[in-house]
Amino acid sequence: MQALPWLLPALVLIVGVVIFPAGYMVYTSFRDLSRFGKDRGWAGFENYVRVFGLDPLPTVLTNTVVWTVGTVVVTVLLSLVLAQFLNKKFPGRKVLRMVIIVPWAASVVMTSTVFVYGLDPFYGIINKFLVDVGIIDEPYGFLKNATSGFLSAMAVAVFVSVPFTTFVVLAGLQTIPHDVLEAASIDGAGKVQTYWSVVFPMLRPALAVAAIINIINVFNSLPILKTMTGAIPGNDADTTTTFMFKLIQNDRQIDTASALSVVNFVVIIVVIGVYLKVVKPMREVNA
Amino acid sequence: MRELATEPSPSTSGVLDPPKTEAGTGNAATPRKRDRKRWGLTVVGSVVALVFLAPYLIMLSGAFKSRQEILKVPPEYLPGDWKFDNFVNMWGTPETPLPDNLLSTVVISLGGTLLALLAALPAAYYTARHSFRLKLPFMLLVLITQMLQPTVLASGLFREFVSLEINDTWLAMILVNAAFNLSFAVWIMHSFFATVPKEIEEAAWLDGCSRGQSMRRIMLPLVWPGIVTAIIFTFIACWNEFAASLILLPTDTNQPLTVALTRFIGQYESAWQYVFAISIIGILPVVALFAMIEKHLVSGLTAGGVK
Repeated sequence: MQALPWLLPALVLIVGVVIFPAGYMVYTSFRDLSRFGKDRGWAGFENYVRVFGLDPLPTVLTNTVVWTVGTVVVTVLLSLVLAQFLNKKFPGRKVLRMVIIVPWAASVVMTSTVFVYGLDPFYGIINKFLVDVGIIDEPYGFLKNATSGFLSAMAVAVFVSVPFTTFVVLAGLQTIPHDVLEAASIDGAGKVQTYWSVVFPMLRPALAVAAIINIINVFNSLPILKTMTGAIPGNDADTTTTFMFKLIQNDRQIDTASALSVVNFVVIIVVIGVYLKVVKPMREVNA
Repeated sequence: MRELATEPSPSTSGVLDPPKTEAGTGNAATPRKRDRKRWGLTVVGSVVALVFLAPYLIMLSGAFKSRQEILKVPPEYLPGDWKFDNFVNMWGTPETPLPDNLLSTVVISLGGTLLALLAALPAAYYTARHSFRLKLPFMLLVLITQMLQPTVLASGLFREFVSLEINDTWLAMILVNAAFNLSFAVWIMHSFFATVPKEIEEAAWLDGCSRGQSMRRIMLPLVWPGIVTAIIFTFIACWNEFAASLILLPTDTNQPLTVALTRFIGQYESAWQYVFAISIIGILPVVALFAMIEKHLVSGLTAGGVK
């Protein structure tokens, strides 16, 4: 009870702005709301039935899995390589570390808009560059159709996720004691062998943290798809998150959106559960 | 700096090495070869750096182009004539009231940071100093809020703020930003408080310091880096927030820069030159701040999951 005054401000914020709206959202998902927010009473599972009956839903669910798994896998692979590189000593390494944090620090909306401009088939500079170096023959409207727009957005999601992931892997690499690596090389292990049998197993905790935090961030990501494929009609390039925002913003279906949000919420809770089980964060907190 | 300092430069290691004769070219080649390999890595590193900077270089070049230049087909990489006009004209365009948007971003960021700090500081101090039965559940709750993002709760937050009649106000966004960044602030400050031995504090009390004095003179200097990290990180997160603002702030004068920016991108016409000028202003300060706290971020964001 002595603790209460110290924890109270934090608790009030968490209860008021996280727990209460979560509960309100679940409640709303069982209500029938008009487009203007008027509560017309109990709806049972009607909103859930409507969500699962929506025509685009199978596409949206598939997209969500591809978006999340694809982005996280590519991000982790690239970050493993980049962290290994940054762990070497060479002139300018500090500068490179500083440069890599730029996409992490910068607003994701602002970063995404550069790609919207750059990938334009007429005045886009990225298109021009790709033609100039011979990767493509003529400018292509990357964001004009759902498939290539979605893949381009995934590339941007990887781009903005790599810095954080690299730094987590790098922190993991730096926990590996030097004498372990030395012992391996004295035992005659080659570079590749040392990596797979010594370094990689010791990186697993860092990788688990990076992967799970990325899964949550990427799953929840709105700005990249909103700016890059938001103008494409239909839902062929939507994930459950962007679809939910369209339900709120375009259709003003707060009740249906809430039902979909609850589904998203459950997914995230499961991922958090896995995180707590696998990573065991807070092990340094002594009760 | 720390890492570079501990590493002897090739020239100093040469001094320490036993003197080499002219004939011992085989020995002399080794450090030079290693040197060449290191510079080889620098070349690769420069290419990597260029990849990560490319979008921001496009942004920079675009911010100095005129409207005609930026919509030119085919495009040019650099502006023909670097002009500051966009940075002046963007404040009075019909698309969005930009001065109001900048003010919104600043007020929401400062307010959100202050509120998060006020709530996090006592919690971080108390949980680092005392044991109590509900400490683990409390820290768990804090951790879970970090993983939940306003995106997934958007419809609940919208309904709540409409009921409270604070929807479409800065206050709503200050509350959202403070709550969802509380976790990082608690965690990072907790870990700094935990490194200060209780005895140091007690010794100060014995020497006649009041609790307030010991806090100010002993604790504060030791945990200051943690507090600064919490402040800067929260500020940047508020500054960049997009999803909740999009739903909770429908009025254009209340919207922050991140949302206002999207108004320049139309279905038929886009004012890219302004988008990029605003982006430069939106990104430069946070990158500079971010660089200051980089080394504390991983432990704060992973709640000690990686050390």
